[in-house]
Amino acid sequence: MPDLLRELFSYAFIIRALVVGTMVALCAALLGISLVLKRYSMIGEGLSHVGFGALALAMTLNMAPLKVSIPIVAVAAFLLLRISESSKIKGDAAIALISSSSLAIGVIIVSLTTGMNTDVCNYMFGSILAMSKSDVYLSVAVSAVVLILYILFYNKIFAVTFDESFAKATGTNAGRYNMLIALLTALTIVIGMRMMGAMLISSLIIFPALTSMRLCRSFKSVVICSALLSVVCFFIGIVISFSFSIPAGASVVAVNLAAFLIFYLTALILKKILEVSA
Amino acid sequence: MKLIHCKNVTMGYDGHIAVNNISFDLEQGDYLCIVGENGTGKSTLMKGILGLLKPISGQIAFNDIKQNEIGYLPQQTIVQKDFPANVFEVVLSGCLNRRGFLPFYSKKEKARARENIAKLGINELKKKSYRDLSGGQQQRVLLARALCATEKLLLLDEPVTGLDPVMTKELYALISKLNKELGITVIMISHDINSAVQYGNKILHMNIKTGFFGLTKEYLATDICRRMMGGVENA
Repeated sequence: MPDLLRELFSYAFIIRALVVGTMVALCAALLGISLVLKRYSMIGEGLSHVGFGALALAMTLNMAPLKVSIPIVAVAAFLLLRISESSKIKGDAAIALISSSSLAIGVIIVSLTTGMNTDVCNYMFGSILAMSKSDVYLSVAVSAVVLILYILFYNKIFAVTFDESFAKATGTNAGRYNMLIALLTALTIVIGMRMMGAMLISSLIIFPALTSMRLCRSFKSVVICSALLSVVCFFIGIVISFSFSIPAGASVVAVNLAAFLIFYLTALILKKILEVSA
Repeated sequence: MKLIHCKNVTMGYDGHIAVNNISFDLEQGDYLCIVGENGTGKSTLMKGILGLLKPISGQIAFNDIKQNEIGYLPQQTIVQKDFPANVFEVVLSGCLNRRGFLPFYSKKEKARARENIAKLGINELKKKSYRDLSGGQQQRVLLARALCATEKLLLLDEPVTGLDPVMTKELYALISKLNKELGITVIMISHDINSAVQYGNKILHMNIKTGFFGLTKEYLATDICRRMMGGVENA
């Protein structure tokens, strides 16, 4: 094990992947709590598919991927949130529509230009080789902004997540904070997407929150547990990805699934013990 | 002194009138029950008082109280049923309107939250998770949160929905105590007409055509009240 880790840290691309991935895992876990609790999980899924379309477009135009996809996904976040809040259109159906359409457009662009090659496979399922040096700077800067905003608005985000009508009634602009959550999610998804893959990035948002909710009983403990869990699962996932040469996204998701099952079973067993002792 | 003055308020949305020409005045310490059948605009009127929806015409004026100083007990949502937050976190979130743009709560707000938890007799629940509480306990927690947001005016939207008769009675007694002992003005939407006339000193009966606003004892003498209570059919 120490040898494996020493070998791991000797590669610059792994260090880059770990730095960016840790930041993304942290941001995704924090934002995921509100998205899962507010029943907005589908927004993450929708945004990552829009991100795939944007990446395909950037590749065709020979432009820097992050610079093209950040604005496109941010606009999509705004639209998806509007759709989810509107009672007239069925929110989940509309999100499914947008996400599959952007995936389709992305695939068409790719097939007409470069063809379905390994790059495309990497975009869909993730690769630890994805991050270049300039990507790292941009990613770290964006993640730092996401983290700082989340901490500054923590109490407001809690109030809006728990009870939007109360927050609105006592003078908090709930719409603004929903938008903030959606935009921060868009940024996190774009940055994490190439490493985790467009198909798998949304799991980084949903899993840590769902897993920690099995056992944690206060909001603060859910936040701390999700953040830690997300980073630990990401690290183990990258080690596995490196040792067995499997796509990074897939192995991180598999580790998250294992963590979820462990927490789920522990919660079940604890409940049984409490019932017996009561 | 008048706390709220509502004059000829008409409200609606999507080109449809929900509240038609309602007028009423409340003084500090009043306990108003808003009654009426479904679809007569009770919730819409409450949105108007909370400042979430602007009246089409007429005015809602406040004396000595700002719009964000109202304590509100909304109907519970599905999101809250399994929400992982402890009681203290939920109650403390009621202090948010005191913070403005400042990001974190100070000692003063935390003390205020503890005080209101004690006031509602839920001290032993402070560390418990909101999702593990019974319906009645959850309503008490939300009431404590509402008290953190206000000192003067409490708005309650059908607070006893889903509670059993014992809890219902307890919650009504608690609200009545807050009204009498702390002098907090209460506005409550209620389907429970018997409790409305028992606890409220004023009644606003909303109806699609005609309504009623006045003292409870006058309301008891009206035909619409008797019909609501099920005493005289087609009076």
